[in-house]
Amino acid sequence: MSIENLKSYDPFAEADDDSGQTKQTQEYIHIRIQQRNGRKTLTTVQGIPAKFDHKKILKVVKKDFACNGTIISDTESKGMGEVIQLQGDQRLKIKEFLTNKEEGLGLDEKTIKVHGF
Amino acid sequence: MASPNDDTKETAMSHTPPPGAEADGGDLDLSLMKKKKKKVKKDDDDAAEEAPAPADGEEAIDLTMKKKKKKKVVKEEDEFAKKLEALKLEGKEGEEGAAGGAAAAPAELSEQDGDMEKGTGIWQHDEVKTITYEPLLSRFFALLAQKNPDHATSGTRSYKIPPPQCLREGNKKTIFANIAEICKRMKRTDEHVTSYLFAELGTTGSVDGSRRLVIKGKFQQKQIENVLRTYIIEYVTCKTCRSPNTELSKGENRLYFITCNSCGSRRSVQAIKTGFSAQVGKRRKMQG
Repeated sequence: MSIENLKSYDPFAEADDDSGQTKQTQEYIHIRIQQRNGRKTLTTVQGIPAKFDHKKILKVVKKDFACNGTIISDTESKGMGEVIQLQGDQRLKIKEFLTNKEEGLGLDEKTIKVHGF
Repeated sequence: MASPNDDTKETAMSHTPPPGAEADGGDLDLSLMKKKKKKVKKDDDDAAEEAPAPADGEEAIDLTMKKKKKKKVVKEEDEFAKKLEALKLEGKEGEEGAAGGAAAAPAELSEQDGDMEKGTGIWQHDEVKTITYEPLLSRFFALLAQKNPDHATSGTRSYKIPPPQCLREGNKKTIFANIAEICKRMKRTDEHVTSYLFAELGTTGSVDGSRRLVIKGKFQQKQIENVLRTYIIEYVTCKTCRSPNTELSKGENRLYFITCNSCGSRRSVQAIKTGFSAQVGKRRKMQG
């Protein structure tokens, strides 16, 4: 029995998988805000998992929030990964979108960090 | 859309069959491709739009669903406020331990009634009925506050820092005047607080002659206060005993540690990261 149990899974492989998963969960999604000229602001969303199509997210989000936005590529953001940049203060809305299970990405709230005032 | 010129060029470059037919073929292919793409995108949009539609239907039928949803939203928005409140409340609880505990106990004792102080009901000396956890807990806190009034008051004093003073310098800069005082109260270095402020606000700034902080951008006192609150939660209060009496020290290999002076716990805190900051304002000419 015990030998079969040992055979059923490779302890090292599992450990590797685990570490990868914990890494992913520990990597936060940062939602930041930046002031522009006047009352204008920018919202940047950094660290959305690569399994999601950023372009499609942006497309839906732009329509939902009625704002413009771009994707800033890895090279442009100096190695911080792809960043979604939206015009205006969209922090609460984008958080709602990221956590919403039906219409959004259904991510865990704990992985999201909202910065700014 | 596919302009015919491009097509002919492409075909000329790649193959050399009759131009007209080939161009048509290219056109068709391209259009098909585009149609396909469009369809995919539309499907996505439709999916996104359809998803809410049935949900709406459900909501129309089930009013309870809607209420639940709304509540969730509010919860998420107020999450931070709640965190803070929780911190404050825990401070206050001890303070009002004597009063609050005694007041809460009868309210929760709908089944298990009886006056604790008079020793009636379930609190009777020879009562055999088991007392549930919550009344026992409130009894504990009430007794604790009764017997040790000093302890209750010392542990409960809510943590106060002087409100940040914000002045506007010119049109685009904010002066945070009493940062030195606040840092002294929190026992943190100015640099640490400043770098946190800059990272959170996504700006830069400098320190002027009289140790005031000049922040680029317009900020109100409220906004600075919010950032300071998060700073206190993250870098000042002890996570175990919630005492603000802590010290930040640089431990081995570039990690920062918070050591609590009242309970002795020690934990590592994240270094301050600026993260991505977008290009704001004019671009430098040569950088492109």
